[in-house]
Amino acid sequence: MLELQTFDHDVLVIGAGGAGLRAAIEAAARGVSVGLVCKSLLGKAHTVMAEGGVAAALGNVDDRDNWRVHFTDTLRGGQYVNNWRMAELHARESPERVRELEAWGALFDRTEDGRILQRNFGGHRYPRLAHVGDRTGLEMIRTLQDHGIHQGIDVHMEVTVVTLFSREGRIAGALAYDRERGRLRLFRARAVVIATGGVGRAFKITSNSWEYTGDGQSLALQAGAVLQDMEFVQFHPTGMVWPPSVRGILVTEGVRGEGGVLKNSEGRRFMFEDIPENYRAQTADTPEEGWRYVTGDKDARRPPELLTRDHVARCIVREVREGRGSPHGGVFLDIAWIKEKIPRAAEHIRKKLPSMYHQFKQLAGIDITTTPMEVGPTTHYIMGGIRVDGDSQMSTLPGLFAAGEAAAGLHGANRLGGNSLSDLLVFGKRAGEFAAEFARGHPALPPDGGEVNEAARDALAPFDRSNGESPYAVQHDLQDLMQTQAGIVRTESDLLQALEGLVQLRRRAAAVGVTGNREFNPGWHTALDLRHLLTVSEAIVTAALARKESRGGHFREDFPEKRTEFGGFNFVLRPGADGGMELDREPIPPLREDLKQLVEEFK
Amino acid sequence: MPNATFQLFRGDSGQGELISYQTPVSEGMVVLDAVHDIQATQATDLAVRWNCKAGKCGSCSAEINGNPRLMCMTRLDELDLSRPVTVEPIRAFPHHRDLVADVSWNYRAKQQIRKFTPRPPDAPDGTWRMQQEDVDRVQEFRKCIECFLCQDVCHVLRDHHLHEEFIGPRHLVYVAALEMHPLDTLDRRDELRKAQGIGYCNITKCCTAVCPEGIKITDNAIIPLKERVMDHAFDPLVKLAGMVRGRIAGP
Repeated sequence: MLELQTFDHDVLVIGAGGAGLRAAIEAAARGVSVGLVCKSLLGKAHTVMAEGGVAAALGNVDDRDNWRVHFTDTLRGGQYVNNWRMAELHARESPERVRELEAWGALFDRTEDGRILQRNFGGHRYPRLAHVGDRTGLEMIRTLQDHGIHQGIDVHMEVTVVTLFSREGRIAGALAYDRERGRLRLFRARAVVIATGGVGRAFKITSNSWEYTGDGQSLALQAGAVLQDMEFVQFHPTGMVWPPSVRGILVTEGVRGEGGVLKNSEGRRFMFEDIPENYRAQTADTPEEGWRYVTGDKDARRPPELLTRDHVARCIVREVREGRGSPHGGVFLDIAWIKEKIPRAAEHIRKKLPSMYHQFKQLAGIDITTTPMEVGPTTHYIMGGIRVDGDSQMSTLPGLFAAGEAAAGLHGANRLGGNSLSDLLVFGKRAGEFAAEFARGHPALPPDGGEVNEAARDALAPFDRSNGESPYAVQHDLQDLMQTQAGIVRTESDLLQALEGLVQLRRRAAAVGVTGNREFNPGWHTALDLRHLLTVSEAIVTAALARKESRGGHFREDFPEKRTEFGGFNFVLRPGADGGMELDREPIPPLREDLKQLVEEFK
Repeated sequence: MPNATFQLFRGDSGQGELISYQTPVSEGMVVLDAVHDIQATQATDLAVRWNCKAGKCGSCSAEINGNPRLMCMTRLDELDLSRPVTVEPIRAFPHHRDLVADVSWNYRAKQQIRKFTPRPPDAPDGTWRMQQEDVDRVQEFRKCIECFLCQDVCHVLRDHHLHEEFIGPRHLVYVAALEMHPLDTLDRRDELRKAQGIGYCNITKCCTAVCPEGIKITDNAIIPLKERVMDHAFDPLVKLAGMVRGRIAGP
């Protein structure tokens, strides 16, 4: 038997971003023992990077807003393949979840009359995003962290889960290692919540941090749960493109919400030239109307820069491909121009977008109050993930729950900006609540000793191959492959090649070696992350091949149109033979009658 | 591409030395890029802590040519590359391995600070009203990314190792954010003076100088807290109350 430290928790939460913290707080509040595993230090998770805001129909800035409008906006943005029950719960409950943060110490920007201020964002009909300048994610994670540390939660910092165990058809525990010493830990738990975020590190150009290696999706599939919508990856339209070392770092949509405009090398606002039919009635006809919208005129319609992210990203790709890009392969995002409209514009920009000002000044040597930014698409988010029940967030494996980016359903084919921070609050809370309930109703079930031993040996195997290839080399090649062949513009031949390439990479990954010992050894960590990266990459490519149409974040150059026959189901991936995966379809249940009427009403 | 030389601290638990590596340099690179390149090609087990590489998470704190900085926000073109660039772990905390220090003390120290406790809601719907100008001051403190560079340069922690008696600038900023929060109702002045050791700070402003978020730690957080603590400690009524309770509220 390999040496293991054993920990017992009623509920084990994996991931300590917004969703994981909110789940842990909720489970603890319901009186069960909770362990919270963070891959990094507490408070450093990817939520910290969220900038623009949290979407909730508070109606503080425009009282025409309510959950019904938010619900229909979310479905329209997701091209109607969302889990509509999740979209309903999300729209109904997010205002309460945001107000709760204020009770825990969060300080959002204020309206004139002292309430929470809300800003415009792509695809949201009314100003809906509660925010703190452009550092909303930091405010949220710090609020949850500072509240959470007083709730009796056992926090395991810098611990990474490598395997989940199930027994008798339900979840039983997890094997993990701690970064500091490299010791293995066995967690025995009655319920497990996966809140590990996304998969951006499978791509070369991404706004995501190192942790985003698809651990949760891959662990869940390996344990017997089902993945859904993995073809829907969001490429955020505005990442930095220059200098090369910062390529991919996010430029918040808040820049456009504050009046920033996109221009090509000819100086044209090209977004006016391609407005999708289902958004035409909501979109400004002229730049002048767009400006009135961002400055709060309730009779004006939003500028086309605030169309959904999938569409804006594709328009930017088109401009670049057709030779109208900026010098470094992007387009121009100009906020400096508002000096024509308002006095003290530079001061206003620094106040509303302090991180963006700082980021460009420090990393690119550009002053955004005087000079346009160069921006281009960056891998930002995955709408797909673990298939869950809309109410409880339980996966298809009893006792295993998922929340936040790791779960699928809420966002359908494309996520609206701001809907992620509200997602993790609403469904983090629900996952914690139902996981606690599940834990109360089910006795502990220790994982099988043989399986634990095998998983432990497996985790240490890279040390037996000190002469093997560097895991970083395999990771870089994987990122290149996914970027070029499964990125923002996809074709059948590229995807088939990607699938073949993944087979080769899997072979190489199985033979990577690491040097040094188990103490804080990033080479070893990368070797273990590779398995997850490869699994989620295969899932993305497999589903992308099957969806022979374009919808939301998934764009097929060989099938550029949306096709009705693909609108009635989700692609799912089930665990297959020999650790592989099998593609299947799950029909989307018909919309409840009252919700159907809403969709019609707000069309 | 030209090469530059980096001397990285390698070793365990404080024992180790600077090891030289050469790596190519290109436009716009930051120190963390160079460290990653070295890790990927020459030293796969090089321990370094990082997350976002965008200056938002505060994980990659280090001492670059002796200056406490975030590796992800330090551009190579602001350093003199004709000489080796040294990168060492932050020194106010126990060294773990290579560029990684054990910062867990910070999390224990924070836990001792009594949490946010709001007044009852202002409106029947359970919400509060606050004016922007009243939250501006606290929002400055809440920009903190917990990189702990301020703790690293604070001589009370770095040189005098008074971690058990002094919570350090980061946590004084945290207490300031609570004490000046428009909704908070607790009074933390007593513990600030005693268990949290605010008196140890002699306002040399080293913390302010290294804050990557530009928070005016000393002027806006620590000095106002010191004033509140002093007003409270020397308030004759408080003193009288202390005597009634059988102890003297001294400085």
